[in-house]
Amino acid sequence: MITAIVIIVVLVVLGIIYASLYNGLIRARTYTQESWSQIDVQLKRRNDLIPNLVETVKGYGHYEQSTLEKVTSLRSQLMGVPSDDHQKAMEVSNQLSDTLKSILAVSEAYPDLKANEEYSKLMEELSNTENKIAYSRQLYNSSAASLNMKLQTFPSNMVANLHHFTPADYLQVPEEEKSAPKVSFDN
Amino acid sequence: MLYEQIRQNKRRTVYVLIGFVLLVLAIGAAIGYVFFNSSVAGLLMALVIAVVYSAIMIGNSTNVVMSMNHGHEITSADQAPELWHIVEDMALVARVPMPRVFIIDDPSPNAFATGNDPQHAAVAATSGILQILNREELEGVIGHEMTHVRNYDIRLQTIALALSAAISLLVNIGMNSFWWGGSRRDRDDDDNDGGYLQIIMFIVSIVLVILGPLAASIAQMALSRNREYLADAGSVELTRNPQGLISALQKISGGEPMQAADSSSAALYITNPFKNERRFAHLFDTHPPIADRIDRLQKM
Repeated sequence: MITAIVIIVVLVVLGIIYASLYNGLIRARTYTQESWSQIDVQLKRRNDLIPNLVETVKGYGHYEQSTLEKVTSLRSQLMGVPSDDHQKAMEVSNQLSDTLKSILAVSEAYPDLKANEEYSKLMEELSNTENKIAYSRQLYNSSAASLNMKLQTFPSNMVANLHHFTPADYLQVPEEEKSAPKVSFDN
Repeated sequence: MLYEQIRQNKRRTVYVLIGFVLLVLAIGAAIGYVFFNSSVAGLLMALVIAVVYSAIMIGNSTNVVMSMNHGHEITSADQAPELWHIVEDMALVARVPMPRVFIIDDPSPNAFATGNDPQHAAVAATSGILQILNREELEGVIGHEMTHVRNYDIRLQTIALALSAAISLLVNIGMNSFWWGGSRRDRDDDDNDGGYLQIIMFIVSIVLVILGPLAASIAQMALSRNREYLADAGSVELTRNPQGLISALQKISGGEPMQAADSSSAALYITNPFKNERRFAHLFDTHPPIADRIDRLQKM
């Protein structure tokens, strides 16, 4: 009788531990997926802003046609990246950030453009989106790190192996890209 | 270094808060002993008052604090795009819901956070801080406030306020019954076998009652100072950019004192809104010296 009770108690306790480990893993994976979708939202938002930007600065004629073309082509390239290829999407996105930065840097020299209300609104929107991309990538990487940590440490790694959890990839942060948000908001 | 600092600060905060609660109870017991001849009655009274006060304070809405500090709410990105977007960014990385955003029309650069929990939080910035800081610096400041929100500092601060208020109420009750009661002394005369022990207990209790409110404000300030270091560390965790907060603190420290701030909210602000540099009274400071904060940030 007592043996039976002991066995039942042990089984129940093991079940609870198992469930909480499993839930922890699911939570970590959901956080990671959710933070990727944050990045995705921002990438789409920026893609929506680009035609406006190109339209606004085109009239000023100070830009080399090739730069604007490059932005447009990178934009369509980014739209064509399959939705599960995170590394590729980030790679194209980083190139796009760099090119946009050079457009914004050139515009600094033209007070008439800077005074354009439409343009300054776009600038705030764009730099807001760039910031959000950077911050959601940071969030993604820390979520991925905590998932990967769970996959490697005992005892959650045992549960993870049973359910075939796969580690999440980190997104690379290019060195110069870190300065993207600085574009023009220093007084 | 960063994570170690956060852990250390959390531990210290727990010690101080425990000490704070014990202080309230000790003062209650002392008052009970001296004025009502029963430590237990005083202890219970202190417990009830502390719980009731904390509950009332937690129930108090953000609106009260904001109107005391003359803040007006902004509800869309158009009204202050930069501030709004930065708050959005910081809420995103801190994984907390978007708090309400307020602006205080005051040329002095400052900012604070308040509320009960991350779901009911608010962040306020003065018009002065929006003017003198660039985006990176403002990110550091808002990151600092968002850490206060995420760490439940905003609630802790409210409870600390409630416990201080509870202590002053207890002392008031004690004093009133001392002047109007008068029955205690007669009974003491009948009691012959008390001797030295009772006299010592009596003196200790009186000292506790007199020094209690003082100790309470010291505890409240110590709590606040630790939280400031922790929020600085948390801000860097969010922005990954210590330089932004460092140069923000440098700019803010050069600013003038605030006009609109309410004195009981002083501990909430990112730097002391009144700038009183009393050299010997650092025990009562709500904020650590800015030089110390910058020093710690540079070591991260």
